Amino acid sequence: MASNYTDRQFQGTYLFDGQMAKKGYGLNKMCYSFNDQVARDEFNADPEAYCEKFKLTQAQKEAIRNRDVIGLLREGGSIYYLAKFTGLLKLNMQDIGGLQTGMTTDEFKAMLERNGRGEV
Amino acid sequence: MANIIGAITTSHIPAIANAMANGLEETPYWKPFFDGYPPVRDWLNEKKPDVIILFYNDHGLEFFIDKKPTFAMGVADEYYNSDEGWGIPTIPPVTGESDLSWHIANSLVDEGFDMTICQEMKVDHGLTVPLNLMWPGHKYGHVKVIPVCINCEQYPMPQPWRTFELGKAIGRAVASYEKDLNVVVFGTGGMSHQLDGERAGFINRAFDLDCLDKLVSDPEALTKYTNIDLVEQGGAQAVELNMLIAMRGTLLGKVTELHRNYHAPISNTGSGLMLLEHEMPK
Repeated sequence: MASNYTDRQFQGTYLFDGQMAKKGYGLNKMCYSFNDQVARDEFNADPEAYCEKFKLTQAQKEAIRNRDVIGLLREGGSIYYLAKFTGLLKLNMQDIGGLQTGMTTDEFKAMLERNGRGEV
Repeated sequence: MANIIGAITTSHIPAIANAMANGLEETPYWKPFFDGYPPVRDWLNEKKPDVIILFYNDHGLEFFIDKKPTFAMGVADEYYNSDEGWGIPTIPPVTGESDLSWHIANSLVDEGFDMTICQEMKVDHGLTVPLNLMWPGHKYGHVKVIPVCINCEQYPMPQPWRTFELGKAIGRAVASYEKDLNVVVFGTGGMSHQLDGERAGFINRAFDLDCLDKLVSDPEALTKYTNIDLVEQGGAQAVELNMLIAMRGTLLGKVTELHRNYHAPISNTGSGLMLLEHEMPK
Protein backbone atom coordinates (compact mmCIF):
# COMPACT_ATOMS: atom_id res chain seq x y z
CA MET A 1 0.00 0.00 0.00
CA ALA A 2 1.31 3.40 -0.92
CA SER A 3 2.63 5.44 1.97
CA ASN A 4 3.18 8.46 -0.23
CA TYR A 5 0.22 9.77 -2.17
CA THR A 6 2.32 11.84 -4.51
CA ASP A 7 3.72 8.81 -6.30
CA ARG A 8 0.67 8.80 -8.60
CA GLN A 9 -0.35 12.17 -9.89
CA PHE A 10 -3.23 13.24 -12.08
CA GLN A 11 -3.14 16.38 -14.09
CA GLY A 12 -5.17 19.20 -12.59
CA THR A 13 -5.69 17.30 -9.33
CA TYR A 14 -4.35 18.39 -5.91
CA LEU A 15 -4.55 15.57 -3.41
CA PHE A 16 -4.97 16.86 0.10
CA ASP A 17 -2.33 14.85 1.95
CA GLY A 18 -0.28 15.47 5.07
CA GLN A 19 2.09 17.91 3.40
CA MET A 20 -0.77 19.99 2.04
CA ALA A 21 -2.68 19.79 5.34
CA LYS A 22 0.38 21.21 7.10
CA LYS A 23 1.02 23.91 4.51
CA GLY A 24 -2.62 24.97 4.39
CA TYR A 25 -3.48 24.70 8.07
CA GLY A 26 -4.04 28.41 8.78
CA LEU A 27 -5.83 28.97 5.48
CA ASN A 28 -8.19 26.04 6.05
CA LYS A 29 -8.73 27.07 9.67
CA MET A 30 -9.78 30.51 8.50
CA CYS A 31 -12.19 28.99 5.96
CA TYR A 32 -13.59 26.61 8.59
CA SER A 33 -14.37 29.63 10.77
CA PHE A 34 -16.75 30.84 8.04
CA ASN A 35 -19.33 28.37 9.34
CA ASP A 36 -20.21 31.24 11.71
CA GLN A 37 -21.96 34.37 10.52
CA VAL A 38 -19.93 36.46 12.98
CA ALA A 39 -16.72 35.28 11.30
CA ARG A 40 -18.09 35.97 7.82
CA ASP A 41 -19.03 39.49 8.88
CA GLU A 42 -15.59 40.05 10.40
CA PHE A 43 -13.87 38.88 7.20
CA ASN A 44 -16.09 41.06 5.01
CA ALA A 45 -15.39 44.09 7.18
CA ASP A 46 -11.60 43.75 6.86
CA PRO A 47 -10.33 40.78 4.82
CA GLU A 48 -6.64 41.60 5.27
CA ALA A 49 -6.89 41.78 9.05
CA TYR A 50 -8.87 38.55 9.14
CA CYS A 51 -6.22 36.74 7.06
CA GLU A 52 -3.56 38.09 9.39
CA LYS A 53 -5.43 36.74 12.40
CA PHE A 54 -4.99 33.21 10.97
CA LYS A 55 -1.36 33.89 9.98
CA LEU A 56 -1.82 33.27 6.27
CA THR A 57 1.34 33.38 4.16
CA GLN A 58 1.82 36.13 1.59
CA ALA A 59 1.02 33.69 -1.21
CA GLN A 60 -2.19 32.60 0.54
CA LYS A 61 -3.24 36.20 1.19
CA GLU A 62 -2.66 37.07 -2.43
CA ALA A 63 -4.71 34.11 -3.61
CA ILE A 64 -7.55 35.10 -1.25
CA ARG A 65 -7.38 38.68 -2.54
CA ASN A 66 -7.49 37.52 -6.18
CA ARG A 67 -10.16 34.80 -5.65
CA ASP A 68 -7.55 32.49 -7.18
CA VAL A 69 -8.95 29.03 -6.41
CA ILE A 70 -6.11 27.15 -8.11
CA GLY A 71 -3.62 29.29 -6.18
CA LEU A 72 -5.42 28.46 -2.94
CA LEU A 73 -5.26 24.72 -3.75
CA ARG A 74 -1.53 24.99 -4.48
CA GLU A 75 -1.03 26.77 -1.17
CA GLY A 76 -2.63 23.94 0.79
CA GLY A 77 -6.33 24.75 0.65
CA SER A 78 -8.79 21.85 0.86
CA ILE A 79 -11.76 22.24 -1.48
CA TYR A 80 -14.19 21.45 1.35
CA TYR A 81 -12.98 24.43 3.38
CA LEU A 82 -12.35 26.65 0.36
CA ALA A 83 -16.02 26.10 -0.54
CA LYS A 84 -16.91 28.03 2.61
CA PHE A 85 -14.77 30.93 1.39
CA THR A 86 -16.25 30.86 -2.11
CA GLY A 87 -19.74 30.51 -0.59
CA LEU A 88 -19.09 33.72 1.28
CA LEU A 89 -18.43 35.29 -2.15
CA LYS A 90 -21.80 33.81 -3.30
CA LEU A 91 -20.10 31.50 -5.79
CA ASN A 92 -21.52 28.01 -6.30
CA MET A 93 -19.66 24.85 -7.41
CA GLN A 94 -20.21 25.57 -11.10
CA ASP A 95 -18.88 29.12 -10.69
CA ILE A 96 -15.80 27.69 -8.97
CA GLY A 97 -15.48 25.04 -11.67
CA GLY A 98 -15.45 27.76 -14.30
CA LEU A 99 -12.86 29.78 -12.40
CA GLN A 100 -10.56 26.75 -12.14
CA THR A 101 -10.89 25.61 -15.73
CA GLY A 102 -10.84 29.00 -17.44
CA MET A 103 -14.45 28.67 -18.60
CA THR A 104 -17.52 30.75 -18.01
CA THR A 105 -20.02 29.19 -15.60
CA ASP A 106 -22.29 28.34 -18.56
CA GLU A 107 -19.44 26.71 -20.47
CA PHE A 108 -18.56 24.69 -17.38
CA LYS A 109 -22.19 23.59 -16.96
CA ALA A 110 -22.29 22.55 -20.63
CA MET A 111 -19.18 20.44 -20.06
CA LEU A 112 -20.85 18.79 -17.04
CA GLU A 113 -23.85 17.94 -19.25
CA ARG A 114 -21.58 16.35 -21.86
CA ASN A 115 -19.64 14.44 -19.21
CA GLY A 116 -22.89 13.35 -17.54
CA ARG A 117 -24.16 11.92 -20.83
CA GLY A 118 -20.90 10.02 -21.17
CA GLU A 119 -19.83 11.88 -24.29
CA VAL A 120 -16.30 12.41 -23.02
CA MET B 1 -32.78 -9.96 16.82
CA ALA B 2 -32.20 -6.77 14.92
CA ASN B 3 -32.66 -7.28 11.21
CA ILE B 4 -31.20 -5.35 8.27
CA ILE B 5 -34.12 -5.36 5.82
CA GLY B 6 -32.56 -3.29 3.08
CA ALA B 7 -30.18 -0.60 1.97
CA ILE B 8 -30.21 2.54 -0.14
CA THR B 9 -27.55 4.45 -2.05
CA THR B 10 -28.20 8.13 -2.62
CA SER B 11 -26.50 11.40 -3.40
CA HIS B 12 -26.14 13.90 -0.57
CA ILE B 13 -25.02 17.07 -2.32
CA PRO B 14 -26.05 20.46 -0.90
CA ALA B 15 -27.58 21.60 -4.21
CA ILE B 16 -30.40 19.09 -3.54
CA ALA B 17 -31.22 20.87 -0.29
CA ASN B 18 -31.41 24.18 -2.12
CA ALA B 19 -33.57 22.68 -4.87
CA MET B 20 -36.01 21.27 -2.27
CA ALA B 21 -36.04 24.51 -0.27
CA ASN B 22 -36.88 26.43 -3.45
CA GLY B 23 -39.43 23.93 -4.82
CA LEU B 24 -37.48 23.13 -7.99
CA GLU B 25 -38.22 19.37 -8.05
CA GLU B 26 -40.38 19.54 -11.19
CA THR B 27 -38.08 21.81 -13.22
CA PRO B 28 -36.42 20.22 -16.27
CA TYR B 29 -32.99 20.20 -14.66
CA TRP B 30 -34.10 18.44 -11.47
CA LYS B 31 -37.05 16.28 -12.56
CA PRO B 32 -35.01 13.29 -13.85
CA PHE B 33 -33.23 13.21 -10.49
CA PHE B 34 -36.25 13.57 -8.17
CA ASP B 35 -38.40 11.21 -10.28
CA GLY B 36 -36.24 8.36 -9.01
CA TYR B 37 -37.27 8.80 -5.39
CA PRO B 38 -41.02 7.99 -5.02
CA PRO B 39 -40.58 4.19 -5.26
CA VAL B 40 -37.91 4.33 -2.56
CA ARG B 41 -40.09 6.54 -0.34
CA ASP B 42 -43.02 4.17 -0.85
CA TRP B 43 -40.89 1.21 0.16
CA LEU B 44 -39.70 3.00 3.32
CA ASN B 45 -43.27 4.00 4.21
CA GLU B 46 -44.43 0.41 3.74
CA LYS B 47 -41.55 -1.22 5.64
CA LYS B 48 -41.34 1.43 8.37
CA PRO B 49 -37.78 0.78 9.53
CA ASP B 50 -37.04 1.60 13.17
CA VAL B 51 -33.42 2.56 12.59
CA ILE B 52 -31.30 3.98 9.76
CA ILE B 53 -27.56 3.40 9.88
CA LEU B 54 -26.24 6.19 7.70
CA PHE B 55 -22.74 6.31 6.22
CA TYR B 56 -21.65 9.82 5.24
CA ASN B 57 -18.65 12.09 5.35
CA ASP B 58 -18.36 15.36 7.22
CA HIS B 59 -17.39 18.22 4.91
CA GLY B 60 -16.15 20.55 7.64
CA LEU B 61 -19.03 21.10 10.05
CA GLU B 62 -18.29 18.88 13.06
CA PHE B 63 -14.73 17.93 12.22
CA PHE B 64 -11.81 20.13 11.25
CA ILE B 65 -8.33 18.89 10.40
CA ASP B 66 -7.08 19.75 13.89
CA LYS B 67 -8.43 16.31 14.82
CA LYS B 68 -9.72 14.23 11.95
CA PRO B 69 -11.18 10.84 12.82
CA THR B 70 -10.79 8.12 10.23
CA PHE B 71 -14.03 6.47 11.37
CA ALA B 72 -16.45 8.21 13.73
CA MET B 73 -19.92 7.30 14.90
CA GLY B 74 -22.62 8.91 16.94
CA VAL B 75 -24.08 7.33 20.08
CA ALA B 76 -26.48 10.15 20.98
CA ASP B 77 -30.27 10.34 21.23
CA GLU B 78 -30.31 13.50 19.11
CA TYR B 79 -28.15 15.24 16.50
CA TYR B 80 -28.16 18.81 15.28
CA ASN B 81 -27.49 20.44 11.95
CA SER B 82 -25.88 23.88 11.88
CA ASP B 83 -24.80 26.71 9.57
CA GLU B 84 -22.33 25.28 7.04
CA GLY B 85 -21.26 28.67 5.77
CA TRP B 86 -22.73 28.85 2.31
CA GLY B 87 -26.40 29.16 2.76
CA ILE B 88 -28.28 25.87 2.72
CA PRO B 89 -31.12 26.00 5.23
CA THR B 90 -30.44 24.51 8.66
CA ILE B 91 -32.89 21.70 9.33
CA PRO B 92 -34.60 20.30 12.46
CA PRO B 93 -32.84 17.86 14.83
CA VAL B 94 -32.34 14.23 13.90
CA THR B 95 -33.39 11.48 16.34
CA GLY B 96 -30.68 9.03 17.45
CA GLU B 97 -30.65 5.46 18.81
CA SER B 98 -28.23 5.46 21.70
CA ASP B 99 -28.59 1.82 22.87
CA LEU B 100 -27.97 0.17 19.50
CA SER B 101 -25.24 2.74 18.78
CA TRP B 102 -23.33 1.75 21.91
CA HIS B 103 -23.83 -1.92 21.13
CA ILE B 104 -22.33 -1.37 17.67
CA ALA B 105 -19.48 0.75 19.09
CA ASN B 106 -18.60 -1.94 21.64
CA SER B 107 -18.68 -4.64 19.02
CA LEU B 108 -16.60 -2.65 16.51
CA VAL B 109 -13.82 -1.78 18.92
CA ASP B 110 -13.72 -5.39 20.13
CA GLU B 111 -13.28 -6.43 16.50
CA GLY B 112 -10.42 -3.96 15.96
CA PHE B 113 -12.24 -0.95 14.46
CA ASP B 114 -11.11 1.83 16.77
CA MET B 115 -13.98 4.24 16.25
CA THR B 116 -14.14 7.81 17.47
CA ILE B 117 -17.30 7.65 19.59
CA CYS B 118 -19.32 10.85 19.70
CA GLN B 119 -21.99 11.89 22.21
CA GLU B 120 -22.23 15.23 20.45
CA MET B 121 -21.89 15.43 16.70
CA LYS B 122 -23.17 18.16 14.43
CA VAL B 123 -24.40 16.48 11.25
CA ASP B 124 -23.94 18.21 7.91
CA HIS B 125 -25.58 17.91 4.49
CA GLY B 126 -23.98 14.50 4.03
CA LEU B 127 -26.52 13.15 6.52
CA THR B 128 -29.37 15.64 6.39
CA VAL B 129 -29.91 15.75 2.61
CA PRO B 130 -30.56 11.99 2.32
CA LEU B 131 -33.03 12.05 5.24
CA ASN B 132 -34.97 14.93 3.73
CA LEU B 133 -34.93 13.23 0.32
CA MET B 134 -36.54 10.11 1.81
CA TRP B 135 -38.98 11.98 4.07
CA PRO B 136 -39.53 15.38 2.41
CA GLY B 137 -40.66 18.30 4.49
CA HIS B 138 -38.26 17.25 7.27
CA LYS B 139 -40.64 14.44 8.30
CA TYR B 140 -37.83 12.12 9.45
CA GLY B 141 -38.18 12.71 13.21
CA HIS B 142 -39.87 9.33 13.81
CA VAL B 143 -36.94 7.30 12.51
CA LYS B 144 -33.84 6.75 14.64
CA VAL B 145 -30.55 7.44 12.92
CA ILE B 146 -27.06 6.15 13.68
CA PRO B 147 -24.48 8.33 11.91
CA VAL B 148 -21.25 6.66 10.77
CA CYS B 149 -18.75 9.14 9.40
CA ILE B 150 -15.85 8.14 7.13
CA ASN B 151 -12.91 10.45 6.39
CA CYS B 152 -13.06 11.36 2.69
CA GLU B 153 -11.37 14.75 2.95
CA GLN B 154 -7.78 14.27 4.07
CA TYR B 155 -5.28 11.57 3.09
CA PRO B 156 -4.61 9.04 4.45
CA MET B 157 -8.19 7.83 4.06
CA PRO B 158 -9.42 4.34 4.81
CA GLN B 159 -9.19 2.17 1.72
CA PRO B 160 -12.23 0.55 0.09
CA TRP B 161 -11.32 -2.92 1.41
CA ARG B 162 -11.26 -1.47 4.91
CA THR B 163 -14.55 0.39 4.65
CA PHE B 164 -16.10 -2.82 3.30
CA GLU B 165 -14.78 -4.69 6.35
CA LEU B 166 -16.17 -1.95 8.61
CA GLY B 167 -19.55 -2.48 7.00
CA LYS B 168 -19.34 -6.22 7.55
CA ALA B 169 -18.47 -5.68 11.23
CA ILE B 170 -21.49 -3.38 11.60
CA GLY B 171 -23.64 -6.05 9.93
CA ARG B 172 -22.44 -8.60 12.50
CA ALA B 173 -23.05 -6.16 15.36
CA VAL B 174 -26.64 -5.56 14.25
CA ALA B 175 -27.24 -9.31 13.92
CA SER B 176 -26.08 -9.83 17.51
CA TYR B 177 -28.43 -7.19 18.98
CA GLU B 178 -31.20 -8.84 20.95
CA LYS B 179 -34.02 -6.34 20.41
CA ASP B 180 -36.32 -6.82 17.43
CA LEU B 181 -35.58 -3.78 15.31
CA ASN B 182 -35.81 -3.31 11.56
CA VAL B 183 -32.77 -1.51 10.19
CA VAL B 184 -32.11 0.08 6.79
CA VAL B 185 -28.59 1.15 5.84
CA PHE B 186 -27.91 4.27 3.75
CA GLY B 187 -24.68 4.67 1.78
CA THR B 188 -24.56 8.32 0.75
CA GLY B 189 -22.41 10.45 -1.51
CA GLY B 190 -20.49 10.05 -4.70
CA MET B 191 -20.52 9.00 -7.32
CA SER B 192 -17.91 10.20 -9.83
CA HIS B 193 -17.08 13.88 -9.38
CA GLN B 194 -14.22 16.29 -9.06
CA LEU B 195 -14.68 19.70 -7.47
CA ASP B 196 -11.11 20.96 -7.37
CA GLY B 197 -8.31 21.70 -9.79
CA GLU B 198 -8.14 22.12 -13.54
CA ARG B 199 -9.70 18.64 -13.81
CA ALA B 200 -12.87 19.94 -12.08
CA GLY B 201 -16.05 18.76 -13.76
CA PHE B 202 -14.79 15.24 -14.42
CA ILE B 203 -17.63 12.69 -14.45
CA ASN B 204 -17.35 9.05 -15.55
CA ARG B 205 -20.81 7.69 -16.34
CA ALA B 206 -19.60 4.25 -17.46
CA PHE B 207 -17.59 3.83 -14.26
CA ASP B 208 -20.56 4.85 -12.09
CA LEU B 209 -22.88 2.39 -13.81
CA ASP B 210 -20.32 -0.37 -13.41
CA CYS B 211 -19.97 0.47 -9.70
CA LEU B 212 -23.76 0.23 -9.22
CA ASP B 213 -23.77 -3.19 -10.92
CA LYS B 214 -20.91 -4.37 -8.75
CA LEU B 215 -22.54 -3.05 -5.58
CA VAL B 216 -25.37 -5.47 -6.27
CA SER B 217 -23.64 -8.57 -7.54
CA ASP B 218 -19.89 -8.36 -6.96
CA PRO B 219 -18.98 -5.93 -4.18
CA GLU B 220 -15.68 -7.70 -3.57
CA ALA B 221 -14.52 -6.36 -6.94
CA LEU B 222 -14.86 -2.79 -5.64
CA THR B 223 -12.60 -3.57 -2.69
CA LYS B 224 -9.75 -4.20 -5.15
CA TYR B 225 -9.63 -0.46 -5.92
CA THR B 226 -7.40 1.82 -3.90
CA ASN B 227 -8.59 5.34 -3.16
CA ILE B 228 -6.13 6.60 -5.76
CA ASP B 229 -7.68 4.22 -8.30
CA LEU B 230 -11.05 5.81 -7.50
CA VAL B 231 -9.55 9.27 -8.07
CA GLU B 232 -8.24 8.14 -11.44
CA GLN B 233 -11.48 6.50 -12.55
CA GLY B 234 -14.03 8.77 -10.95
CA GLY B 235 -12.39 12.09 -10.03
CA ALA B 236 -10.94 13.44 -6.81
CA GLN B 237 -14.16 13.17 -4.78
CA ALA B 238 -15.10 9.70 -6.06
CA VAL B 239 -13.51 8.49 -2.81
CA GLU B 240 -17.01 9.07 -1.45
CA LEU B 241 -17.83 5.71 -3.03
CA ASN B 242 -16.40 4.34 0.21
CA MET B 243 -19.73 5.09 1.89
CA LEU B 244 -21.54 2.95 -0.67
CA ILE B 245 -18.99 0.18 -0.28
CA ALA B 246 -19.35 0.30 3.53
CA MET B 247 -23.13 0.09 3.15
CA ARG B 248 -22.79 -3.01 0.98
CA GLY B 249 -20.50 -4.58 3.58
CA THR B 250 -23.33 -4.59 6.13
CA LEU B 251 -25.43 -6.85 3.88
CA LEU B 252 -24.23 -10.30 4.89
CA GLY B 253 -27.18 -12.23 3.46
CA LYS B 254 -29.15 -12.31 0.21
CA VAL B 255 -29.40 -9.04 -1.74
CA THR B 256 -32.05 -8.20 -4.35
CA GLU B 257 -32.09 -4.96 -6.35
CA LEU B 258 -35.59 -3.41 -6.29
CA HIS B 259 -35.00 -0.01 -7.90
CA ARG B 260 -32.34 2.11 -9.56
CA ASN B 261 -32.08 5.60 -11.00
CA TYR B 262 -28.75 6.93 -12.27
CA HIS B 263 -28.67 10.53 -13.45
CA ALA B 264 -25.77 12.81 -14.36
CA PRO B 265 -24.97 15.57 -13.92
CA ILE B 266 -26.55 16.83 -10.74
CA SER B 267 -24.43 19.80 -9.80
CA ASN B 268 -20.93 18.40 -10.49
CA THR B 269 -21.74 14.76 -9.78
CA GLY B 270 -23.08 11.49 -11.07
CA SER B 271 -26.02 10.53 -8.86
CA GLY B 272 -26.78 6.87 -8.15
CA LEU B 273 -30.01 5.99 -6.36
CA MET B 274 -30.49 2.33 -5.64
CA LEU B 275 -32.79 0.33 -3.35
CA LEU B 276 -31.63 -3.10 -2.23
CA GLU B 277 -33.70 -5.62 -0.31
CA HIS B 278 -31.83 -7.79 2.16
CA GLU B 279 -32.55 -11.13 3.82
CA MET B 280 -30.43 -11.78 6.89
CA PRO B 281 -28.27 -14.93 6.71
CA LYS B 282 -29.79 -17.93 8.50
